[in-house]
Amino acid sequence: MNYHSPASFAEASALAADATGITRFLAGGTDVLVQLRADIVTPDNLIDIKKIGGVRDITRNADGGWTLGVAVTGAEMSEHPELGRDWPGLVEAMDLIGSTQVQGRATLAGNLCNASPAADSVPAMFAAGVTVTVTGLGGDRVVAVEDIPTAPGRTSLGKGELISAVHVPARGQNAGDAYLRFIPRTEMDIAVVGCGVNLRLEGDTITEARVSLGAVAPTVLLVEDCANAIIGTTLDQAALEALASAASAACNPIDDKRGTIAFRTEVAGVLARRAAKIAYARAKGEQA
Amino acid sequence: MALDDRKSDFKFVGTRPDRPDGLDKVTGRAKFGADAHAPGMLHGAILRSPHAHARIVKIDTSKAEALKDVKAVITRADFSDKVPFKPGLEGEFWNVLENVMAGEKALYDGHAVAAVAATSALAARDALKQIEVEYEVLPHVTDVDKAMAPDAPVIREGAADYSVPEGMHPNVVRYHESGHGDVEAGFAEADLVIEDSFVTEATHQGYIEPHACLASLGNDGKGELWCCTQGHWIVQKTCAALLGMETSNLRVTASEIGGGFGGKTTVFIEPVALALSRKANRPVKVVMNRSEVFRATGPTSSASMDVKIGMKKDGTITAAEGIFRLQGGAFPGAPGDMTAMCGFAPYNLTNVRQVGYDVMANRPKQAAYRAPGAPMGAFAVESVIDELCNKLGLDPIDVRLKNAAYEGTKASYGPRYGRIGLVETLEAAKAHPHYAAPLKPGQGRGIACGFWFNHGGETSVSLALSEDGSAQLMVGTPDIGGSRASMALMAAEVLGIPYENIRVTVADTATLGYNDVSHGSRVTYASGLATIKAARNAVEKLCERAAAKWGIPVDAVKWEDGCAVPSGPNAGDFDPMPLADITTNMGSTGGPISGHFEATPEGAGVSFGTHIVDAEVDPETGKTAVTRYTVIQDAGKAIHPAYVEGQYQGGAVQGIGWALNEEYIYGEDGRLQNSIFLDYRIPVASDLPMIDTVIVEVPNPGHPFGVRGVGETGIVPPLAAIANAVSNAAGVRMRQLPMSPPRILAALKDNG
Repeated sequence: MNYHSPASFAEASALAADATGITRFLAGGTDVLVQLRADIVTPDNLIDIKKIGGVRDITRNADGGWTLGVAVTGAEMSEHPELGRDWPGLVEAMDLIGSTQVQGRATLAGNLCNASPAADSVPAMFAAGVTVTVTGLGGDRVVAVEDIPTAPGRTSLGKGELISAVHVPARGQNAGDAYLRFIPRTEMDIAVVGCGVNLRLEGDTITEARVSLGAVAPTVLLVEDCANAIIGTTLDQAALEALASAASAACNPIDDKRGTIAFRTEVAGVLARRAAKIAYARAKGEQA
Repeated sequence: MALDDRKSDFKFVGTRPDRPDGLDKVTGRAKFGADAHAPGMLHGAILRSPHAHARIVKIDTSKAEALKDVKAVITRADFSDKVPFKPGLEGEFWNVLENVMAGEKALYDGHAVAAVAATSALAARDALKQIEVEYEVLPHVTDVDKAMAPDAPVIREGAADYSVPEGMHPNVVRYHESGHGDVEAGFAEADLVIEDSFVTEATHQGYIEPHACLASLGNDGKGELWCCTQGHWIVQKTCAALLGMETSNLRVTASEIGGGFGGKTTVFIEPVALALSRKANRPVKVVMNRSEVFRATGPTSSASMDVKIGMKKDGTITAAEGIFRLQGGAFPGAPGDMTAMCGFAPYNLTNVRQVGYDVMANRPKQAAYRAPGAPMGAFAVESVIDELCNKLGLDPIDVRLKNAAYEGTKASYGPRYGRIGLVETLEAAKAHPHYAAPLKPGQGRGIACGFWFNHGGETSVSLALSEDGSAQLMVGTPDIGGSRASMALMAAEVLGIPYENIRVTVADTATLGYNDVSHGSRVTYASGLATIKAARNAVEKLCERAAAKWGIPVDAVKWEDGCAVPSGPNAGDFDPMPLADITTNMGSTGGPISGHFEATPEGAGVSFGTHIVDAEVDPETGKTAVTRYTVIQDAGKAIHPAYVEGQYQGGAVQGIGWALNEEYIYGEDGRLQNSIFLDYRIPVASDLPMIDTVIVEVPNPGHPFGVRGVGETGIVPPLAAIANAVSNAAGVRMRQLPMSPPRILAALKDNG
C-alpha cells in the first residue's frame, strides 16, 4: 500500500489519475479505515487529503453562504457558533453520525462519497441544496450533491476526481431546515429511514421547499412530489397527509436486516411529517 | 447443618467497599486476554467456512505453508484422534473438538476449517487467503421448527441420545418430559384456558472483550495457556483432551475478563492456539475479532414454544402445559430441559406437564447465557398468565401471589422447595411505589416472575496468613461480577481483620485444587462458602496457637473480633490475643498458618425475582421506550449490595436488548447477516431508564451467611415483563421476540 499526502488538490488529482489498482482518498477515514481493518477493501493507494491547506476551514462567504473544507469534522460543525444557527438540520444530521470519537474525524465529503443510501448528512445536504467543488485533471467544476451518488457505494466522480470544497447556500430570511432519522435505538445506529426538509415561508405559506429521503432507495432521493405537496400550503393537516403519501410513494426500499419494505415505506411518511413540522417552526423563528 | 453454623449479624458483610481490582481496571493496568506477550510470539488466524452446511472435500494448505512469514498451518488432522464420538452430551469433548475445528463437514457459517500461525497478525490474515478449501455445499436449516420437520437436512446421524422418542427427526437429540397431576382434568376445571405459541431468536452474550489467548506448547510436552475464560480448569481439561496431553502438563492462567455471561465457559480458540504452537514450536497468540465472536462463539438458543394455562375466575391456576423447542446450533446442548423445568417453577401447581426438545440446526454451537433456557420459557408462560389476568380482570401480582410457590411446594420439575423467597419478592413489588404510579397515555405496565436453580459445583479455596497479620486468599473462580470484593468481605468477617488487609488472587490451575467454572450463579455461594470454611480452618489453627501459649485446652479458646479470647470465665484470665500477635512469630510456634477448603457444596438454594416494567410505544413507528424498570429479587444475603444491584441491573439491561432489538438474522443462504455491533443491536446507555432495584433477603439455609446466587435470575423475568408492558401499551399481544419496531408496527396494522 502506498500512502500519499499531497499539498494541493491538483496534486491529489494527479496522483489519483496516475494510480493503478484500488485508490482511496483519506479524509476522516471513518469508512476507509473500517473497511481496511475489516478486510473489505485494502487500497493500493491511500491519498491523505487532510494536509492540504484550508481543508479544516469553515468560511462565511460574502453572499451569506458557507464554504466548508473537506476535512471539517462533525464536531467542528457542531461547535461552530453560527453555522448551526443558519442550518440546524444539516448540523444535526452530521452530528447524528457515530460516536464522539467518530465525530472528531467524520466529514460531510466523506459521507457523500461513501455513497451509502443511509448516510445521515446526505439527505440534509440534498434538502439544503448543497453543492461541491470537484477537482480533476481538467480543473474544477461545481456539482449539486444530488448528482454525486449514483448507486450504493458508487459516485459520478471520474478517475482522478475528488471533492475539494463543500458549499452551503446562504440561509436567507424566513427559512428553516430539519433532518430526522429512524433508528431502533437512541444513538450509535444507522438510519432505517432518513428524511430532510428545507423550506421558506412568506407569512404562513410555504413558498420554497426541498424534501429528501434516505435509506429507502439505492441512493438518497430528492423528492419533488413531497416539495410540491407542501408548497403553497400552511402545512395544515391536509398538506401533511399529502406530504406523507408522497414520501411513501417515492420509496423503493429493500427488506434487509435493518428494516422491511413495509416499515420503511410507512415510516418515511411519518418522518416527512415530523421533519416538516420542525422545519416550519424554525422558519417561523420558533425554537424546535 | 447445625444451627451454630448460621450467622446473621455482620460487621463487614453488607458493606460497600471499593473493589480490589477497581484501580487496575480504570487505569488500564489490568491484563486482559489480548494483553499477553511472549518472546518469539506468533499470531494465529482462523479460516472459517462461508457455508452453512458443506462437506469438506479437500483442503490444500501448501501455498500458505510456502509463505515465509507462515510458521504453521493446521487442520483437524493436527488434533487428537482419540476423542470418541458419543450421542447427546455424552460426547461433549468430541462436540467441542468438532466445533473448534471442523472434521468432515462445515456445520455453520463461521465454522473453523483451518488455522495459520505467522509472524504478524496481518501476515496470518493474508495467509488464510492462500488456503484452498473445496466444499460440496449441502442443504441447510437454521430455524428450529424447520429443523424438526420430516424433510429437514440431517446435520449428523447418531447424535440423539436415549431420551428421544422413536420417530423423531435425527436433528432432535435430547428430550425431556416432567410434571405431575392430570393436566386434562385441570383444564376441565378452568373457567378460562388460553393456549398460545411463542418464538424467540438467538441472542449473543455480547461481552465487550472478544476471546483472546496466548498458548505455548513445547517439544517437552509441557504447555502454558493464558486466556480469557470463566473457568480455567475446564479449559485445562478440555484442551488436554483435544490435544492428547496429560492434564497436569498444561498450566492455564485466567486473564482478567471483560464479560462472559456464560459464553466463556467453554473453549474456541484455545485448542487451536495450542495446536499451532505445538507445530510451530513458538508461542502463538490468537485474538478473535467481533465478527468471529458473533459467527463462531455461543449465542443462546432460539426457541419455539406452545403454552397452555387454565385459570379459575378467582385467579387459581388449574393446569399448565408447555412444549419448548430449543435450537442450539449444530451440536447437542440446547437447554430445552432447563426451559421446561423453569417455565412453571414459580407456581404451586396441582396439574403441570412440560416437554423440552434439544434440536440441532446449522448455526454456531449454543453456549450458556445467564440462566440458560429460562428466559424464553418465562416469556411464554408469563405472557399467557398476563393474558389470563387481562381477560379475567385480575391484578397480575395478586394472581401470582395466589399461585406462588413457597416452602414445601412440590416444584413443577419434581422436588419440594426448601425456604424460598418468591412470595417476599411479590409482596415487595406490590408495595413498591412503582406499582402504584400512574401510567401516561400510550404506556403499559408489565409484571413477570422468574426462577433459576443456582449451582454449587467443585470448589477449592486456600488462605495463607502473613507474619504482619494480613491474609492472601486464593480462589479458582474468575472474577466476573466483583467476587474478589465479596470473598474479601466474607474472609474479613471470619478472621476479624480489615477488608483492605486481604488480597484475593484468582489462582492458576497449577497452584490450587480443581474449581468448576464461574457459572450457575455459584461463585458468591460456593467460593464464598469455601472462603468462609478456609478462614475458619485458619482460625482453628490460630486458636490452637493461643491455647498453647496460654497453656489451656484449645476448646477453651474462641475467636472474637480478630482476636483469640478465652471462651469463658472458667477458661482463664487472659487479654485478647490479636491475629497479628499470633502470626508474627508463627514460624517458631508451629509453622506457617493457612486454611483450606475443598468440597462440592450442594445447598445453592434456588432464587426467584419479580420485575415491574413500564413501556411506551410510538404508534406511528412501533418504537418502544422502556420508561421505568424495577427489579425485585431474593439474594438470600447480599454480601456486597452494590454488586448485587449491579447483577440485577445487568440482567434487566440484557433482557431489554433481547426483548426489543437483539437477534441473530440469517439470510436464505444460511449466513449470519449481522455479525457486528452496528446491526446486532444491544442497548446503548441512552436507551435505558434508571433500573431501580430491591434486594429481598430470605437467607439460604445452605450457606453459612445465607447467600443465594444472584447472577442469573435477573435475566429470567425481563423478556416476559417487557413483552407484557409493550403488549399492554400497544393493545396487541406480542408473541415473538425481538419486538423490533417493524414487528410492532406490523402487529399494530394487523390489529387495525
